[in-house]
Amino acid sequence: MPFVANSDADRRAMLARIGASSMDELFSDIPAKRRFPKLDLPEALSELEVMRELESMAAKNLTASTCAWFLGAGAYNHFIPAVVPAIASRGEFLTAYTPYQPEVSQGTLQAIFEYQSMAAKLLGMEVVNASHYDGATALAEALLMAYNAGGGRRKILLSADLHPEYKDVIRTYFEAFDAQLVEYSGEPAMAGADASTACVVVAYPEFSGEIRDLRAGADAAHAAGALFVVHADPIMCGLLKSPGELGADIVTAEGQSLGNSMNFGGPYLGMMGAVSKLVRKMPGRIVGEAKDAQGRKGYVLTLSAREQHIRREKAVSNICSNQGLVMLQTCVYLATMGKGGLNAVAELCWNKAHYAASRIASIPGFRVETKAFFKEFTVFTPIPAAELAAKLSRRCVVPGLPLSRYYPERTHELLVCVTEMCTKGQIELLVDSLTEAAK
Amino acid sequence: MNLKPEPLVYELSSPGRLAAALPVCDVPKTPVPASLARTELELPELDELSVVRHFTRLSQKNYSIDTHFYPLGSCTMKYNPKVNEQAAGLSGWRNTHPLIGDEFSQGALELVYKLQESLREIGGFAAASLQPAAGAHGELAGVFIMRAYHLSRGDTKRSKILIPDSAHGTNPATCTMAGLTTQALASDADGKVDIAALKAALGDDVAGIMITNPNTLGLFDPNIEEIGRLVHEAGGLVYGDGANMNALTGVFKPGEAGIDVMHFNLHKTFSTPHGGGGPGAGFVGVCERLSEFLPGPIVAKRNGKYALEMPKRSVGRMKSFYGNFGVLVRAYTYVLMLGASGLRRLAENAVLNANYLKALVEKTYKVKYPRRCMHEFVAMGDLAEGIHTLDVAKRLIDYGFHPPTIYFPLIVSEALMIEPTETEDKETLDEFAEVLLKIAEEARANPELLHAAPTSTPIGRLDEVGAARNPVLCYRG
Repeated sequence: MPFVANSDADRRAMLARIGASSMDELFSDIPAKRRFPKLDLPEALSELEVMRELESMAAKNLTASTCAWFLGAGAYNHFIPAVVPAIASRGEFLTAYTPYQPEVSQGTLQAIFEYQSMAAKLLGMEVVNASHYDGATALAEALLMAYNAGGGRRKILLSADLHPEYKDVIRTYFEAFDAQLVEYSGEPAMAGADASTACVVVAYPEFSGEIRDLRAGADAAHAAGALFVVHADPIMCGLLKSPGELGADIVTAEGQSLGNSMNFGGPYLGMMGAVSKLVRKMPGRIVGEAKDAQGRKGYVLTLSAREQHIRREKAVSNICSNQGLVMLQTCVYLATMGKGGLNAVAELCWNKAHYAASRIASIPGFRVETKAFFKEFTVFTPIPAAELAAKLSRRCVVPGLPLSRYYPERTHELLVCVTEMCTKGQIELLVDSLTEAAK
Repeated sequence: MNLKPEPLVYELSSPGRLAAALPVCDVPKTPVPASLARTELELPELDELSVVRHFTRLSQKNYSIDTHFYPLGSCTMKYNPKVNEQAAGLSGWRNTHPLIGDEFSQGALELVYKLQESLREIGGFAAASLQPAAGAHGELAGVFIMRAYHLSRGDTKRSKILIPDSAHGTNPATCTMAGLTTQALASDADGKVDIAALKAALGDDVAGIMITNPNTLGLFDPNIEEIGRLVHEAGGLVYGDGANMNALTGVFKPGEAGIDVMHFNLHKTFSTPHGGGGPGAGFVGVCERLSEFLPGPIVAKRNGKYALEMPKRSVGRMKSFYGNFGVLVRAYTYVLMLGASGLRRLAENAVLNANYLKALVEKTYKVKYPRRCMHEFVAMGDLAEGIHTLDVAKRLIDYGFHPPTIYFPLIVSEALMIEPTETEDKETLDEFAEVLLKIAEEARANPELLHAAPTSTPIGRLDEVGAARNPVLCYRG
């Protein structure tokens, strides 16, 4: 059979060495009536057949590689340099475990350290950890951290304009805690932070695409003694001021856009950074510099007194497996794009999105609702947006996310995303398609 | 292994170098307001070949399954088939979007559904969700489900979870995140759950038990159904930690033996790569009465079409979208490659390999519970005066083997937890055993070799205490 090396002869020799008469004897601890149940599954296929089956399944999905693509809303179609998958598919990275034995894991450990360093600069934070499952769980755990650091402050002020799925995940994570999750609308400076507020949370940009005044939000939160937590678009940070520069204490981000495919929603990369005074309350793995007895520099998992395998029930989180390989892809992406490349990508997004918005705004009946935006903006549509999206998608123009998916009453709003992947021709195609569909 | 120090990516940077070529802007530009614009972006500047050499050199400082035997107990470091990677790399998966809508993602939904159904069948569960992103995330979902079930019945007193001392390590922290307290249950002299201790601990404040079977000693608890019966009689639920499912595929269906809720680590049993720490994927299977509490959305099949649905009384979303989809593709590929008989043979060979290796070394390395083991066993590394498990582990590195899991489980002092997996051949196991026996001789004749190990690596043992005391967590250029 595939992926088992031993032959029947090997097995006989091994059983003899063990002193067992048969394979079945090895399972004598399992209650006899439960042993070796029938599995109602097909028998093995060859590699050729498996690939044929999966290729035909995969071909049923609509993909960004064959469409004009303007759908984002938390998962983004960005350019991935060939270097990224080439490095990430190396077996030495791909098939290594968590680097618990530093002497034979310096490759992974140094890569994490480099990721932490580059991500910290990008987000404007002093410390970044080695990853969470995705942006939503990174944000939820960041809020648990702020809540636990809040010395009894129970209130968490959430922007109503966070990604709806992120709000769901936050509610799931807080279910068992005595915290008050309160939503506010508009600017974070007006969120109403007071002496019972642990933190104020805003997305940068918000789900609708709107860019808020973070500086004023941070000042208001700090004046109330609360922490200011920002969930950021990391590509945008290549062009616009970092959340850290604007006063954030904790920053989370969805790192999918930094070198990772959309993959139908995962695996993605939860990025989390903080100011250094919070580091010992931070969840997740963190790599630090260390020296060996000869004074040679190396890297090691550190501050593990925060983590589940050491602290057990007193740990700050139960996270163990993280998104290591996705983090590596982002590390290679940031090194490849570098200072000039990331800035250029962000600038292309900005210019194309603003051009597309001005073109869409000129179509009769359409209106751009977002005031200050980066690559994503909300459009009012004269006919139901879900209808529009279905119609255009069938013709391989994916115009964006109808907001009715999350807000049934918001029938005439479409969230449009324009990245460096969209050409001027595709933008014109979108404009023409919208014009025609709304006639 | 690459022994040469490799500079940090920032140290390789040189102003004006560029690896990425991007298209020229083909639309009229819009100026960025100065109030928003960033003025400094401290990322490195490298050419493409330098990037490739840098990361290739780093990769050569790792041990990995592709290059070395990696018998980490409880981690199931089996071969990660290359076909998995090819399957996951198909454009139809990589370039599709989680919010494109059911009509346009029937292929992706079909894959999730078929994997969910296959794993449900393997585990013997009534319903399942593939949303959790890792084992610990699956545990958290499971404990949320248990909590929600009790609360839905107005049973508000159940705030305690019993955890045998041979259970998987993340369990206590998981309970804390679900607002539950934990009570440890001692093992009996055979490494099984002590039934008397269990009976004494059960009461109307117990939400359930989290049991790992086979446990972290590598032993299957034959009383599993009795344990389930006792917990159920006391009104509690049984959580099964599936970290050790590699011993059980096609051998035992936990869902048919009283386990109410269980996660599987797809990055262990179902051969998806560990990637230096992740991503994993966690399946959660449940019995009928817990099905409406599953995290969602999950995929259902209605009139020949696949659709995303939220279970009626779901504990909610565990993450955005539907799980680590790319990992699910790999796991499904593996299930297809193995088929029903192959799944049983994988478990049989995993158990055979572990028992064989144990037989080769157990006269020299004490095994605290000398029963027949399942897919792994726990030996002890205190070979001689002044020699510890850590020394044995580090010396193994000098012979080209990744060390086993060490100092876990906590109930065995000087633990060396060894899991060879079914994908290793007899010769590798023979060679590994020979080296272990040789190290035992060295421990007596020349202990310095062990204390100084490893000497074959880019660095020696690091000062971890110093690293935590004065943390340097970023490049300081």
